[in-house]
Amino acid sequence: MPALAALPVAVPLLVAAALVGAGTLLRRRVADIVAIVTAATVTGFGAALLARTLHGEAVVWFGGWTPRSGIALGVAFAIDPIGAGMVTLAGLLMTSALTFSWRYFETVGTLFHSLMLLLLAAVAGFCSSGDLFNMFVFFELMSVAAYALAGYKIEDLGSLQGALNFAVTNSIGAMMVLSGTALLYGRTGALNLAQIGVSLASAPSDRLVVVAFLLLLVGFFVKAAVVPFHFWLADAYAVAPTPVCVLLAGLLSELGVYAVARVYWTVFSGPLEQHAAPLHALLFAGATLTALVGGVMCTLQHHLARLMAYATVSHVGLTLLGIAVLEPEGLAGAALYAAADGLVKAALFVLVGILAHRFGTLYELELRGRGRELRWAAPLLVLGALGLAGAPPFGTFVGKALIEEGAHGAAHWVAALITVVSAMTAGAVLRVTGRVFGGWGPRSLGGRDVASAEEAHRQAAEEGEELRAPRSLVGPSMIAPVLVLLGASVAIGLVPGLSDRTVVVAARFVDRAGYAATVLGVPRAAPPVTAPVPHGGRLVAAAPWAAAAVALAFAGAWAALFANQLPRTIRRRVRRIVVPAARGLRGLHSGQLGDSVTWVMIGTAGIGVLLAATLR
Amino acid sequence: MKPLEYLPYLVAAWLFLVGVYGVVTSRNLIHAVTCLAVAQSSTYVLLLAIGFRRDATAPIFFDVPLGTRAVDPVVASLALTDVVVGSTVTALLLALAVQIHKRLGTLDPNELRSMKG
Repeated sequence: MPALAALPVAVPLLVAAALVGAGTLLRRRVADIVAIVTAATVTGFGAALLARTLHGEAVVWFGGWTPRSGIALGVAFAIDPIGAGMVTLAGLLMTSALTFSWRYFETVGTLFHSLMLLLLAAVAGFCSSGDLFNMFVFFELMSVAAYALAGYKIEDLGSLQGALNFAVTNSIGAMMVLSGTALLYGRTGALNLAQIGVSLASAPSDRLVVVAFLLLLVGFFVKAAVVPFHFWLADAYAVAPTPVCVLLAGLLSELGVYAVARVYWTVFSGPLEQHAAPLHALLFAGATLTALVGGVMCTLQHHLARLMAYATVSHVGLTLLGIAVLEPEGLAGAALYAAADGLVKAALFVLVGILAHRFGTLYELELRGRGRELRWAAPLLVLGALGLAGAPPFGTFVGKALIEEGAHGAAHWVAALITVVSAMTAGAVLRVTGRVFGGWGPRSLGGRDVASAEEAHRQAAEEGEELRAPRSLVGPSMIAPVLVLLGASVAIGLVPGLSDRTVVVAARFVDRAGYAATVLGVPRAAPPVTAPVPHGGRLVAAAPWAAAAVALAFAGAWAALFANQLPRTIRRRVRRIVVPAARGLRGLHSGQLGDSVTWVMIGTAGIGVLLAATLR
Repeated sequence: MKPLEYLPYLVAAWLFLVGVYGVVTSRNLIHAVTCLAVAQSSTYVLLLAIGFRRDATAPIFFDVPLGTRAVDPVVASLALTDVVVGSTVTALLLALAVQIHKRLGTLDPNELRSMKG
């Protein structure tokens, strides 16, 4: 068991180092194969860990430094099914991304493979760690690998700017995480999550604990790109090479949400217990804002990668919604939703990458009608859109159903919000499909938007060489990942009894005393949380909402493509409301480094004031 | 705690804020990266302040009598890790800045192509 827990981190790290060492000695295809096999192996390790941990956390103390009389001495990995599931997902996404890059890159050095494997190792470590400082170290490791990968196309100015913005904003988030960790260490003398939780639970919260919570929350929110900490995301995701986007959009944003959940339920759920209600409201507001802003921005994009980037933002909001209800059902829903949705988004990013590869542009209007030679891709895009909308049998449907169930009193409200937001992102993808493959819709953006269309063309002209020249045909190594990713997302939705089992797992995740007892090896102090009664009615309750989301998505896409056939008075009225609001929202997303950092500080101050006002 | 013992924490907060202010207002990428390093150094000060003990030696238990007071070695190693992380990020950012200068001939972030919306 100890070996198995360490392998998902150790193996990719060692292979990455070996690839750097081998450098140019290796042929490209050898490096490709080694990297793909390594990523597939990590997927296998993750699945094995998932199977082992289903009935209890796996705790491994490195170097045999086991706790003495309930005091943690060493450094531990504490792996539960949710963490192991994230490792499996990371391995699967990485395998797909590397397979896709087989043909996507014409030339690529082994450094690319090394960075990708480094990213994988860091993600695995982050999801396995039972130690707050090690979480920070793996967090930084994956961030640095991601910065370098986002700026991998160094000949492309946009790519450099995106990477710079990404790196600076996320570094400030990481500093906050470290400062929060340091404050907790100063208070408790511990870095082990379970140990900190035990120490803090014995006293009610004071200002120091609240400040530490604020710093950790904001630090992880920057990574998760929760509004208003999201300004760096679209700039970085739109310019990163497609294989990197698969990882970034599929998993990295959700890891920020995972970290908030992990730290809250192991450390802060004790001292902040009496403040669960205001905290719930705060997280709920953040999640709602993120989902709506991301969804609206998604529908306003005409650059396919940016469109998918904002879809990522809005769906992170939906995942956070599951956490915000602070119930096991919600957490279980968030976990399933994040996994299934991450797979769908990754598949869509691969499809976007195929379009970029074939046609040399990502602007929807330039692609209009050109998709006909890749006719097979249209149904896959529609399938992806259905996955985003949360239609059965996609796993996103089960995830949404659980989140709605977890919301109890506010269930209808939450269901309506999820429906509207997922209809927006799915509708945007359907609109793109219609325009690119059907040649439907207007040739240019109407009147007032001409300026921004021109801007888009100017930007397109500035895109790197790589994007400008259309290249070779699309090979099976590009199509297979799409099928595998979509298939895996459907599989999550089809496993019988998965939602009930995930609720049981989530009930263990939120059981702080149980977690501490398992990790520290002491008899548990509090009675076990009773696992919620499983029932299958939730899927029936969620079905009408899913149907509504799909219908809304199709209606929205139709309206976007054929609005010019509506009566003029209606169009004018809609335009008068929508255009200024859209321009205001877009104006905020200036893409400037200083603005992005300013928003981080404004958001921190805002959450700080809210916490100070409510947590007394 | 005596009032003076709050000083390192105030210094840490000040370093963080002034560094972030520098990043926000910077007109030069090298300057912005340096400001980020200043903000990063706030975490070193914070960590070392937390581990500090009065009248204690460095945590090297060699050639000293058993039971000698030492500062907390855990935070020292955390700070060391943090320094490594910080220098990695700084090096990467400087490399990006060099590339931007090569492509654009300027280091002013406002001159960079703005990616609106």
